[in-house]
Amino acid sequence: MSEHGTQGGDGTGGGDGAGGGDGAGSTARRAPGPLLLGVRHHGPGSARAVRAALDRADPRVVLLEGPPEADGLIALAADEDMRPPVALLAHVVDEPGRSAFWPFAEFSPEWVAIRWALQHGVPARFIDLPATHTLAWGCEEPENENDDENEGNEKEAAEKEEKGEAEKGEPDGQRSERAQDVRIDPLAVLAEIAGYDDPERWWEDVIEHRGTLGEDAFAPFDVLGEAMEALREVHGAGGHERDLVREAYMRLQVRAAQREFGDDVAVVCGAWHVPALRQRTTVTADRALLRGLPKVKADMTWVPWTHRRLSRTSGYGAGIDSPGWYGHLFASADRPVERWMTKVAGLLRDEDRLVSSAHVIEAVRLADTLAAMRGRPLPGLTETTDAVRAVMCEGSDVPLALVHDRLVVGDILGEVPEAAPAVPLQRDLARLQRRLRLKPEAQERELELDLRKETDGGRSRLLHRLRLLGIGWGEPVASRGSTGTFRETWRLRWEPELAVRVAEAGVWGTTVIAAATAKAEADAAGARSLADVTGLAERCLLAELPDALPVVMRILADRAALDADVGHLAQALPALVRSLRYGDVRGTGTHALAGVAAGLAERVFVGLPPACAALDADAADEMRGHVDAVHGAVGLLTEGGEDDSRAGIRGRWHSVLGTLSARDTVPGVVRGRAVRLLLDDGALGQEEAARLMGLVLSPGTAPGDAAAWIEGFVGGGAGGGMLLVHDERLLGLVDSWLTGVPADAFTDVLPLLRRTFSAYEPGVRRTLGELVRRGPRPRGSVAAAVSGPPGFAPDLDMDRADAVLPVLRLLLGPDETERADRADSADSADSADSRVADGRTGGRTDDNDFAGAGR
Amino acid sequence: MSVSVDPTSVEPSQHQSAPAPAAGGEELRPHAEDAFAAELAALAAQDDRPRPARWRMSPWAVATYLLGGTLPDGTVITPKYVGPRRIVEVAVTTLATDRALLLLGVPGTAKTWVSEHLAAAVSGDSTLLVQGTAGTPEEAIRYGWNYAQLLAHGPSRDALVPSPVMRAMAQGMTARVEELTRIPADVQDTLITILSEKTLPIPELGSEVQAVRGFNLIATANDRDRGVNDLSSALRRRFNTVVLPLPESADAEVEIVSRRVDQIGRSLDLPAVPDGIDEIRRVVTVFRELRDGITADGRTKLKSPSGTLSTAEAISVVTNGLALAAHFGDGVLRAGDVAAGILGAVVRDPAADRVIWQEYLEAVVRERDGWKDFYRACREVSA
Repeated sequence: MSEHGTQGGDGTGGGDGAGGGDGAGSTARRAPGPLLLGVRHHGPGSARAVRAALDRADPRVVLLEGPPEADGLIALAADEDMRPPVALLAHVVDEPGRSAFWPFAEFSPEWVAIRWALQHGVPARFIDLPATHTLAWGCEEPENENDDENEGNEKEAAEKEEKGEAEKGEPDGQRSERAQDVRIDPLAVLAEIAGYDDPERWWEDVIEHRGTLGEDAFAPFDVLGEAMEALREVHGAGGHERDLVREAYMRLQVRAAQREFGDDVAVVCGAWHVPALRQRTTVTADRALLRGLPKVKADMTWVPWTHRRLSRTSGYGAGIDSPGWYGHLFASADRPVERWMTKVAGLLRDEDRLVSSAHVIEAVRLADTLAAMRGRPLPGLTETTDAVRAVMCEGSDVPLALVHDRLVVGDILGEVPEAAPAVPLQRDLARLQRRLRLKPEAQERELELDLRKETDGGRSRLLHRLRLLGIGWGEPVASRGSTGTFRETWRLRWEPELAVRVAEAGVWGTTVIAAATAKAEADAAGARSLADVTGLAERCLLAELPDALPVVMRILADRAALDADVGHLAQALPALVRSLRYGDVRGTGTHALAGVAAGLAERVFVGLPPACAALDADAADEMRGHVDAVHGAVGLLTEGGEDDSRAGIRGRWHSVLGTLSARDTVPGVVRGRAVRLLLDDGALGQEEAARLMGLVLSPGTAPGDAAAWIEGFVGGGAGGGMLLVHDERLLGLVDSWLTGVPADAFTDVLPLLRRTFSAYEPGVRRTLGELVRRGPRPRGSVAAAVSGPPGFAPDLDMDRADAVLPVLRLLLGPDETERADRADSADSADSADSRVADGRTGGRTDDNDFAGAGR
Repeated sequence: MSVSVDPTSVEPSQHQSAPAPAAGGEELRPHAEDAFAAELAALAAQDDRPRPARWRMSPWAVATYLLGGTLPDGTVITPKYVGPRRIVEVAVTTLATDRALLLLGVPGTAKTWVSEHLAAAVSGDSTLLVQGTAGTPEEAIRYGWNYAQLLAHGPSRDALVPSPVMRAMAQGMTARVEELTRIPADVQDTLITILSEKTLPIPELGSEVQAVRGFNLIATANDRDRGVNDLSSALRRRFNTVVLPLPESADAEVEIVSRRVDQIGRSLDLPAVPDGIDEIRRVVTVFRELRDGITADGRTKLKSPSGTLSTAEAISVVTNGLALAAHFGDGVLRAGDVAAGILGAVVRDPAADRVIWQEYLEAVVRERDGWKDFYRACREVSA
């Protein structure tokens, strides 16, 4: 094939192309010039082709597109503990947030080339523009602030990472740079020419799915190189202006390698760069391009990577959406579709789906026929997916999503040997520790933080973020002194294995805040229950992760919308409202949170009445807890803001409570509670409450239900009794009901009431008894109008009053003139006397206060 | 997206643009192979790709017939199914691999329509049909007996009454089974031998009917009816399953609904009601949102009620509303006219669905601009 001639001819050497000719497959070497292997990053077909080409050419040095700072790290790739996917990470030394990644998967051509070089004892070198320059390019960009904790900086860091990625994977056309939207996608152009609407598919058909490469190991590269050359003739740099600088640097490096090794040089780079590397330019011209480049101090290391991150759906997308599929194509020696279907069947079987070998056979047949029908050389991912859906998944997308998640993308996590340099997260942590004067000490100690102080606030945030990352350096403990929200107490203890945790957490990001944000988002997506997500939202607020919060909120809203169990919703609401309040205290923007909380409350309101029907005693108790929790949350939620929406929530909650209290199918304990809460809120008049109570305690109601109502009404938990003690109005209500209970019914009700009141603490019981013995003040009584204070007769007992008179006369002296006032003094004396008399009565029946009160 | 007309419609609109039925023209609804005879002939004539045994045309041509296109000689093939190409490709390929095809979908997703046209294109005959009901007997799938013959001459091939499936096997045609999941499970299982061994034993005569090449079977079943007579896993294994989705975009669904409503309205001689399109859009929006479990803007997730909320139901809600507006209202379709219909369609399960509906009202409808009237109307009917 004459392409080789072209390749040689356009190289740095002379224009003699005769040596190439059909000798491509022969041991006769190519024409002078380096062997240029243009690849698609992360393309398994490219990787296989690179391996074959390297085996055939047997170069003395392998040059790779990548930052030369990583040359020293190449040896680590041979380490036993090194497992792809991994990534080279470059970051600015003082600013770990400013970083770029070069990910490598098992099936990446560059990785294959590195391994080949290491196995054959041949040096491998990176020849791309050093990261010290590429990272500095980012610094020139407008929004460049240098504040450590600054959010803008974090955001920029993320962009930088993406950019580094884009730089890496640019032949895939996955550009994400805002400033350079105009860049063309070379593959898309080629695919369009070939009549494909999807560049990925075109590439798969033409390059990746070529089973055998034939005799000529170099042919694919030549053809591709030519195509790229034609493209670049038309489009020039195609808007990739910085590529010109990078390519100038690469050319210089290739020349340097040629001086050292002659033409036994293999270059593995993005196909897009191949024409540029062939170009004949002068050294001085290249040097001129490189003059005056900005510089920063950069550091490099290997970090573990995941398949998920290689896929374009995640933040650092390397531009391939099916790393698992590519890995499979690369790893399977033959019959890729059959092997793939077997894998899928295995996965579905593990998930307890019925998938037989017959299914596998039929799926393979369908995929093959579909490929034929669509005119593709081999079934691609689309065909296999269609076949899996129709044959193994019964047309459903649900199991298919599992296949996509586990196999097409894959869960594979890379590993990096311990010898790899420290991850930037570690450095960032060390830097923060210095700045916040918070030394890691093995000895346990307690730390009191006053969040109003800046340093303490920073410390608290750091500890909370580390906790989110699973680095349990500090554990929050209950504050001893103050209980204010601005105080926190931590128990600190640095254990050696925490260093390992930090290294592990390096997967999540390069700075503590970025890593914590990423982790929180991932946790939220993977959370099992609604309460987990609310808890996470709370932690995000504590750790001050404003970027993670919207994601968590969205997931929370979704979960809440789909959760049919009102109990879960009711559990989630208080935590959420607490977070809201806490956010208010700290001045964090909690607008989204308020919206979600209001939505959640709304759902609870709608779902609560039906959920309260037909419950057994235990479930009813639980539901009463939920009602209380929601009530508290609604109170907090509506507190402060008196605008329409908030007031509306309270109003609707009251109407829900009203519905609950009036519905017969709702258990008594919940009904009683609802009435009580309405009464407390002033939404229900005392008369109405008394009427409802009378209704429920009327003879028609089952005694059990009536007692449950009372239990719901006057508490039964810890605080219920205390409320009765402090609220004489309530005591009056209960008391007047109790005195109104007919004698024969009383014996039925007594044991139930005893159960209710025996739940109170002894102190409360005694106080209640004393209160009843003394008699509540008249104003609290609903029965006052007709029968005087509860526990008192409607009229004075004249005999008893008379009996006191002699003593009074003795005390005050027998003064005839004061006789006229007798009625008045007798009046007051009479009440005193009554009380004494009452006390005697109570004393006799002290074993049961209420029986005494009932007289 | 589903086909643009309801397959069970009285007169699908494509038929208007299609060539007139070959013979008679008096049929209320001609078979697909008659209605589209010209298209089928043109496709078969210009099809130079390999055809499976006894197929009237190649799989590519079948796909073109369903999805529409223009032939080299300029013949325009009208699209029969408007929806993802993938679905048609998988369906046709399945038939070509001699696996049976199971079309699943909620009511109103053109399952029957697609199966009829597939059979018409592949075998030129869409009439080898078994309608599945709770009372479908085994004879409908295997064979029955002509008892007069049987008593007079004893068991023989002449006394045998073949089922559509048996005839399809003998002639290498495509058989169709409608509503497979409504057929009792023991009757369903007669299909297992037919589909796996491709043979139908006749023990009474000590013989069998072997399927010749070209035989295949298309079954349709309702997604929502899975519980009625769920397929045994043995039978399920013989099928490749294709799920026909509901219309993809709101605009397409509004279009389908308004056109059908217009047709039905005219056939029922309802007085013309102006400006219904906004209300139709609202009904479709409500249906789609509840069905998909997410609001149209993609911001809020919702619970989905137990009803199917298919396009067909949206059509009936709007038609009903139109009748209300025309006869009892002021002649304009208003929120109040459709509210009761929507409530009836959404709340199928009085407990669970009512909560879902109220949640939807409070969380979505109440907040939406310009929906105040609708919210009030719904509150009125739900109270």
